Amino acid sequence: MASQEMEQLVRRDYKEGFVTDIESDTVPPGLDESTIAFISNKKGEPEWMLEWRLKAYHQWLKMTPPSWAHLDYPAIDYQAISYYSAPKRPEDRPQSLDEVDPKLLETYEKLGIPLHERAALAGVAVDAVFDSVSVATTFKEKLHEAGVIFCSISEAIREYPELVKQYLGTVVPQGDNYFAALNSAVFTDGSFVFVPEGVTCPMELSTYFRINAANTGQFERTLIICESRAQVSYLEGCTAPMRDENQLHAAVVELVALEDAYIKYSTVQNWYPGDEDGKGGIYNFVTKRGDCRGDRSRISWTQVETGSAITWKYPSCVLRGRDSIGEFYSVAVTNGRQQADTGTKMIHIGEGTRSYIVSKGISAGRANQSYRGLVKVGPRAKNARNFTQCDSLLIGDRCGAHTFPYQEIGNSSATVEHEATTSKIGEDQLFYCQSRGISEEDAVSMIVNGFCKDVFQELPMEFAVEAEALLNVTLEGAVG
Amino acid sequence: MLEVKDLHVTVEGSEILKGLSLTVNAGEVHAIMGPNGAGKSTLSAVIAGKDGYEVTAGSITFEGRDVLEMEIEERAQAGLLLGFQYPVEIPGVKNIYLLKAALNAQRAARGEGEIPAPEFMKLIKEKVAFMKMDTSFLQRAVNEGFSGGEKKRNEILQMLVLQPRLAMLDEIDSGLDIDAMRVVADGVNSLRAEDRGILLVTHYQRLLDFVVPDKVHVLVDGRIVKSGDAGLARELEARGYEWLLEETAA
Repeated sequence: MASQEMEQLVRRDYKEGFVTDIESDTVPPGLDESTIAFISNKKGEPEWMLEWRLKAYHQWLKMTPPSWAHLDYPAIDYQAISYYSAPKRPEDRPQSLDEVDPKLLETYEKLGIPLHERAALAGVAVDAVFDSVSVATTFKEKLHEAGVIFCSISEAIREYPELVKQYLGTVVPQGDNYFAALNSAVFTDGSFVFVPEGVTCPMELSTYFRINAANTGQFERTLIICESRAQVSYLEGCTAPMRDENQLHAAVVELVALEDAYIKYSTVQNWYPGDEDGKGGIYNFVTKRGDCRGDRSRISWTQVETGSAITWKYPSCVLRGRDSIGEFYSVAVTNGRQQADTGTKMIHIGEGTRSYIVSKGISAGRANQSYRGLVKVGPRAKNARNFTQCDSLLIGDRCGAHTFPYQEIGNSSATVEHEATTSKIGEDQLFYCQSRGISEEDAVSMIVNGFCKDVFQELPMEFAVEAEALLNVTLEGAVG
Repeated sequence: MLEVKDLHVTVEGSEILKGLSLTVNAGEVHAIMGPNGAGKSTLSAVIAGKDGYEVTAGSITFEGRDVLEMEIEERAQAGLLLGFQYPVEIPGVKNIYLLKAALNAQRAARGEGEIPAPEFMKLIKEKVAFMKMDTSFLQRAVNEGFSGGEKKRNEILQMLVLQPRLAMLDEIDSGLDIDAMRVVADGVNSLRAEDRGILLVTHYQRLLDFVVPDKVHVLVDGRIVKSGDAGLARELEARGYEWLLEETAA
């Protein structure tokens, strides 16, 4: 197919592009100690939390943004961002869905996420984050019966301060990196999950994020703890309305798995990628890390990334416990002018630790994508094993795919395997499908979904279906 | 049914077909034979709509429709189906999924709804058994890791499921051992029907021992230089193409 034709087909409109006009209680742009105090006060936080934030802020002031990623974007003016935005009447937080602003529900409808149905049908508890403040939490009682705590991080700081104090920042320290430090200083919301010893969380936990107020960065902080023999599956899904300005998003997610615990964290992300010229898309700088603290613990990251103008994201596992397992399954799609530098880090510390990495990158249009993965095996990690498979699929001839695998092997008993492929969606494959009567678009989606199958099958079933649909929307017309 | 008139086709600037004419009627089996490089595969590729072939003159009509104006998938939906010489692999896409998607796409084009799952399973099991294939085939990725013979059987399986109006088979016999050849030939013979045309493109006469054609055309240097019945194929087998090339040149 001719490249002009391809270019035309790759263009698409952002289906989730709309804005809900709920009045926001927003602080003026800018960041200093008083902004942080305002946030902390607004959240009704205890003194220690404010101190924790300020410590992070002072570290951040001394840091510089990372420049090693294969990304190209203008410098961000952190004083031009407003760091707090909440829906009107924050004191009147709705107690049930019936009390939720109908406009918000309408927004979810447009996204195809009818909360009622979703929650009821899928048995999913939803902690919906809208403009930094949780406005709807369901199934709390059922979770309560099981002893599972699932609430916003702000609520956790107020209600379970000891737990938060014990774990917050122990996986991603305040000064871990530039964006994590910023997040630690100004985070406004996010989820908190605590699954006590021996409990398997009775349902999938799910949070939907939306970035809604203009010019407001969103700084989520999520903390998930599984005690010994506890299990949880958590899904995070995101979409955002159309914007003219780049929106900064710098989230931090910390996972802690104690002995024999299993945390499965799945992400489906569909933020606004910007227009044809890359204008207006979300900047996504995320730090996600799981700590397999206990023996035989397991942490599994699965992500389907289709949005954002810039993605900088490396969900990682620190395999401390003996025989602990870290997994990373990723599908990243970049189209138009999107840029993504994403991958994972597997840090093998304990003996007999294992890690699996399956990364599928799809590039279309003029997008650029890099896989960056580190496998580090420490001197005490005897018999550690890693398997990495890293495949890239190119659609058209103006996109790029790059692979940067790093290996630091500190002992000779480790086994590390790396497989990588780059392929182009073949005209032959397309012709083959089309000559069976299948339309070009359906053929592309079939081929792409086939390419991603290894990852999709790691997603909880209903989300796998959703992810497939999302991929189809994302690559609508992106034919090569 | 299929009418090819004075077809001229160039590929990357060089003319491959130089005024080819061919008529295939319903109920007939035609075999196109010829030496390597004569343009045999080009003909079926152009009819199916493959990119990279430029038609500089002539026409192709199928049941009164101008084929050259139709999209690739429209041609298939109209019942023009090509069996590939080298079917491509599509990793991660199950064979059964491709079959179902193809069948439903064709049904949709006819204004029919999707085939009910039990009906589809029944159909597919019957056809798989006919092709002497194991049902595990259906769960494997399209052509991935298939042997040459398995790929060819799979092409015929698709034909049996999709039931085209005109089946074009490009070198479906290449790389087959005698047992696989029999199975493939049985498949092709089962496609013979009064309302269906079959166009076999082949280099060797071997297949034609099993699938006896009604018409045989010899394609040399972009033109059909001789047509006849099944006897012509046998003559070619015995004498090769040389005498024809000389005859044409003379």
